[in-house]
Amino acid sequence: MKNHPLKLEKGCPIVRFDSVTKRFGSLTVIDGLDLEVAEGEMVTIIGPSGSGKTTVLRLLMTLESITGGVIYVEGEPLNMMEREGKLVPAGQRHIRKVRGKIGMVFQHFNLFPHMTALENCMEGPVQVLGLTREEARQRGAELLDMVGLADKKDQHPARLSGGQQQRVAIARALAMRPRVLLLDEVTSALDPEVIGEVTAVIRRLSTEHNLTMLMVTHQMGFAREISDRVCFFYGGRIAEQGPPKQLFGNPKNERTRQFLSAVLEAN
Amino acid sequence: MTFSWHWNFVWEILPLLLRATLNTIIASVLGYAIAMVLGLVLALAQRTPWRVLTWAVREAVEFIRSTPLVLQIFFVFYVFPQFGIRLSPWTSGMIAIGLHYASYLSEVYRAGIEGVPRGQWEACVALNLSTRRTYFGIVIPQALPIALPGMGNYLVGILKDTPMLSVIGVAELMHTANAIGSEHYRYLEPYTLVGLIFLALSLPTAHLIRMFEVWVRRALGMEKAR
Repeated sequence: MKNHPLKLEKGCPIVRFDSVTKRFGSLTVIDGLDLEVAEGEMVTIIGPSGSGKTTVLRLLMTLESITGGVIYVEGEPLNMMEREGKLVPAGQRHIRKVRGKIGMVFQHFNLFPHMTALENCMEGPVQVLGLTREEARQRGAELLDMVGLADKKDQHPARLSGGQQQRVAIARALAMRPRVLLLDEVTSALDPEVIGEVTAVIRRLSTEHNLTMLMVTHQMGFAREISDRVCFFYGGRIAEQGPPKQLFGNPKNERTRQFLSAVLEAN
Repeated sequence: MTFSWHWNFVWEILPLLLRATLNTIIASVLGYAIAMVLGLVLALAQRTPWRVLTWAVREAVEFIRSTPLVLQIFFVFYVFPQFGIRLSPWTSGMIAIGLHYASYLSEVYRAGIEGVPRGQWEACVALNLSTRRTYFGIVIPQALPIALPGMGNYLVGILKDTPMLSVIGVAELMHTANAIGSEHYRYLEPYTLVGLIFLALSLPTAHLIRMFEVWVRRALGMEKAR
């Protein structure tokens, strides 16, 4: 068993997976993963389905429990906590505290259907951050304006297109002011003609706001254009990683090459 | 015996029956209110991380659902006193009927809660909402439209089951009709009237429930299927 530090030093990456393992029964989905994401970095995870890429995000969002290893967020352990100089499994309160630094956007949006776009964006700030309704309304309206949906703020999700719903979902996640934003195949459920409006928003978050993001995507073109670093996942590990130019232009790993040629052929 | 319908007798007993109708309505509404709240408790108790609690509540619900209501009414009224718990017919009746329907409603709630997509729960985690807010702000409002038809059926059901309270002497419609019948040796009019009154109560109730379902969906902005 590896020794995990209680806390990471100053200047540490904003997210760090320290030999993280996830098993579902006898199936190992994530196999001793080490992964770091630096402040302001845009990291993209690509790979064949079943390679565990979405699980990485779900572990970080605490939607799945971790079988082994430690995830650190801003140097603080997420799934563990310190007690008497040792790391012990984290309690709910600790998890909630650390989890508050992470936001997530889902493939199927998961907007609250009984709330308007604006109410969706106000829910977290009012209920969790303790903002007044007026403050939350203002913050939500600004964010909906930023994603180009100022005129849709009083609409329920059922009345919005997929692209519009996903932009509301991004605004909702941003309203919590996360330190890291997780994007889980956010364009996979969208009609081709509206993908651009969502990727445009993500591009702006990266370039103008320098938001730290960890993204899983099947859109190789977008990954290549926007990422600071691309990780190719295979069998629950990172088989190869590097700047997009290198990974897409001159992949070293045989699996990466096979995957990329298969994907590019399909397109 | 020949068929004979006596209008004079009808006018004589109608005020008595109408007064009893009020008791039937009170018993239904009160019993249902108890069942609604208790049913939610039973449904949520089955969703805690404590397995023993889940198991115990599940078995209790199964037990209550699998035994006759009339037996439960007798039990509360006649057996509880042997343990020193002496309750009036009304209290006994409300406990028995409330608990009985709570077990049915807990299943309706459970189906409603399980009908809320998993992604909704995950969105709540991602927004770091408390468990309490997740249930009362997000899940229950969406489970409601799913649960409403079943809830409506049981409201009509509880109304039609209130005659069982007559066995322990609650002066609702059936009890009153029985008393009239045995006093006057005439059963045709009182029982016919009871039937008509029940019809007059349950048909509009069912209709109102359907209107309420539509209204709730609209109020939640969910008139369009997702």
